[in-house]
Amino acid sequence: MAFLELTGVQKRFGPSVAVADFNLAMEAGEFVSFLGPSGCGKTTTLRMIAGFEVPTEGQIMLEGSDITNRPPNKRNVGMVFQSYALFPNMTVADNIGFGLRVRKRPADQIRKRVGELLELINLPDKGGRYPYQLSGGQQQRIALARALAFEPQVLLLDEPLSALDAKIRVALRVEIRSIQRQLGITTVYVTHDQEEALSLSDRVVVMSEGHVEQIGTPFEVYNFPKTPFVASFVGTLNVLPASVVDAGRGEVMIAGQTVRIARRFEGGSGKSVNIALRPEMVKLGDGPEGSNRVSGKVIDVSFLGSIVRMRVAVGGENGPIVSLDEFNEPTLKLPEVGETLTINFPADGPLVLDSAPADPAEVLLAEA
Amino acid sequence: MSRRFRLLWWIVFLIGAVYFFLPLVATFQFSLRDVPPTAAYTDLLANGEFLSTLTYSGTIGLATVILSVALVVPTAFWVRLRLPRARPYIEFITLLPFMVPPVVFVFGLITTYSRPPLALTSTDRGSDFLLVAAYVVLSLPYMYRAADTGLSAIDVRSLTEAAQSLGAGWPTILMKVILPNVRVAVLSGAFLTLAIVLGEFTIALFLARPAFAPFLGLLGDADPFQQSAGALVSFGLTWIAMIVISLIGRGSQTRITVAGAR
Amino acid sequence: MAFATAFLLIPTAKLIIGSFQDSNGQFTTENYADFGSKLVVNAYETSIEISLVTAVGAAIFGFLLAYAVISGGLPKPIRAAVLTFSGVASNFAGIPLALAFVFTAGRVGLLTVFLRGIGFDPYKTGFTLYSKIGLELVYFYFQLPLMILIIAPAIDGLKREWREAAENLGATTFQFWRRIALPILMPSILGAIMLLFGNAFGAQATAYQLTGGLINLVTLLVGDELSGDVLHSPGKGLALAVGMIVVMAIALAGYAILQRRAERWRR
Repeated sequence: MAFLELTGVQKRFGPSVAVADFNLAMEAGEFVSFLGPSGCGKTTTLRMIAGFEVPTEGQIMLEGSDITNRPPNKRNVGMVFQSYALFPNMTVADNIGFGLRVRKRPADQIRKRVGELLELINLPDKGGRYPYQLSGGQQQRIALARALAFEPQVLLLDEPLSALDAKIRVALRVEIRSIQRQLGITTVYVTHDQEEALSLSDRVVVMSEGHVEQIGTPFEVYNFPKTPFVASFVGTLNVLPASVVDAGRGEVMIAGQTVRIARRFEGGSGKSVNIALRPEMVKLGDGPEGSNRVSGKVIDVSFLGSIVRMRVAVGGENGPIVSLDEFNEPTLKLPEVGETLTINFPADGPLVLDSAPADPAEVLLAEA
Repeated sequence: MSRRFRLLWWIVFLIGAVYFFLPLVATFQFSLRDVPPTAAYTDLLANGEFLSTLTYSGTIGLATVILSVALVVPTAFWVRLRLPRARPYIEFITLLPFMVPPVVFVFGLITTYSRPPLALTSTDRGSDFLLVAAYVVLSLPYMYRAADTGLSAIDVRSLTEAAQSLGAGWPTILMKVILPNVRVAVLSGAFLTLAIVLGEFTIALFLARPAFAPFLGLLGDADPFQQSAGALVSFGLTWIAMIVISLIGRGSQTRITVAGAR
Repeated sequence: MAFATAFLLIPTAKLIIGSFQDSNGQFTTENYADFGSKLVVNAYETSIEISLVTAVGAAIFGFLLAYAVISGGLPKPIRAAVLTFSGVASNFAGIPLALAFVFTAGRVGLLTVFLRGIGFDPYKTGFTLYSKIGLELVYFYFQLPLMILIIAPAIDGLKREWREAAENLGATTFQFWRRIALPILMPSILGAIMLLFGNAFGAQATAYQLTGGLINLVTLLVGDELSGDVLHSPGKGLALAVGMIVVMAIALAGYAILQRRAERWRR
């Protein structure tokens, strides 16, 4: 049996549906992210697990017992908030020990546990400080320690990094994951940042407008998006208008140039479709034998550090624009803006959005 | 969580509502006991002193507002721009009027300004000026806070520097740049000041000026019905001032705490 | 600021100096001799008592009222209406307020007559509006709204996340209030009590109109001295006034100490 299981969970606020039919079974120790734009219902779902919202319908089971209607202070679930929500009137140590104190644990036991946690989050000497004396990153680590102190069955994190600077965000992300692995705690992580979701999670739940779009490993949702929404929300995506030439042979026309697509799609000759293509699939030059090759004009070149992102208008000045990424190597020869050149991508790179087959992964494997 | 106690909160609210409305209802009911029922109001309107004291208090209030704005806005502006370190001290001074009871305050004023070299109380004009000055002091806490809140909502430094680089002098900056930007805040403070001046009793009484509140106080001996009608009028005027404040303050962050003269 | 000096600081200083002078301008402490008299001691006691009772009482009930309309789940428009009304009521004091209460709970007031009609005469139980209790009842009319106005922003500032975090960590409603909400609000509440105390302590017109001097308050004594009803020497009035400033200063100092303790977790 699953460790944490949500079955047919719905939440309506008056006439508006915040979460429609959410189903998820999590194993003990699993790290699952809810990913989606704001208002997609991911935070509402998390708040239902925490007990701050009661589902309109459905059931939430934790280790075999029904917690659907249990008040939040009777659940053994730790939560980390986006705004830290540290109690400003308490020292760091008192904040971390709060959950144990309200559980009436002996003082020396609390002190010991607080010490362990300060050690765990790498702030051993900050116990006597007040929250305002600490940086945002430090405050969020303390909030994490506070949520872990009473040894909850599940850890919930609600966009814990979005109030922090980019650098700290990445560092703390790594720290959260390593602490989670160390403790083996079952974790739900809510974020709108696909990079966070992909890099942290065992599985990702992609949500949009209250619906679950796809549940899968980061590898699956990135490479084999099940819906156009997932394809466009997870990762950067070029969306190019095209028309079908021959669905049987997998040929479409983009700005007057024929392109072969390995994944199966449907549609009669001349039908308008949209083609999705990841920037990292596209390279400069002719590429290996069998690649799709199209010509275009360079619109701009931007240097992003480890990669260089170029934008090329397919077929000339006014054609559809393809973004492409090249790794930044010293030998890389950058094109000039305005130059006309050839770019290439493999046939199994693009995806036809409007008629994606039920399970793209299966098709791709069959082709290979 | 609080929603579980919603009934309790309703009860708290209703007790409060009864406590606050009953005296108003009772006053109104009393004012109608005159014969005929509307006599209290018609008599009051016919009472020459009613209009003259109201006009007097209104004029004094207006003078207070003008002087107060002229003093407070430039000060608050200057403190924000050049003397941010002096802020706690200035704020302390502006809170002092809270700490010195009006009756003590007016005592001090009379002691200081009733003999030469500054015998202001010996003439009516002098007393008027003293009254305005006293009210300006009373209004300091509200006016300063209002202006300061207004200024905190705009980037005073950048605005000033931008105006200076465009060639504006200090008077232009104050009148054309700063004042329009804190208009809402200052207006709230101004109406509050008006309400306070209209209701202030102690200082006006001891300076022996023909203001509205002392008039109302002395009316009781002559005609209690008129007095009750006058009390309601006074309440209504305060209402109007507050509604105006909440209307002009709508959508802005400015909220000022209020307390009038007891 | 020169203005504040001329019209606030100089008069205050004059008061203090004057209180140490006899009628010929010679230094004396004679004016303070009255502080031993029963009348003066009693006036200070009564003033301080009434101010304390109404400040603390209004702080408690005003807090509940403010909490009820802000976070109690009452309809939204009530909140705006209550805040605007508080602005009015906190300014509704002095003569009109005293009158309104006479019409309500005076011997022939609306409420009194109504209660007598249903067989309960408050004036037979020893209650009278023209007593300490009566005056306190009246003072609540401007003390409560002032409390609401002062504390409303602080209650607004209580983050929902604090309550949720506390619940999440297993705290009950009571534990949340005792350990988190009240400590966080304490500086604001203390500040409010201080302000309410000063507000009541300095009140004169209301009591003057209501009791006509039946209740012995410091403000009324000072007023009497000032209007020359009781012809002592002016110095004695000055001494009384300075005494009031001293009381306020002590209250302020006490507040500052409590405030520092309550605020140690703030920047």
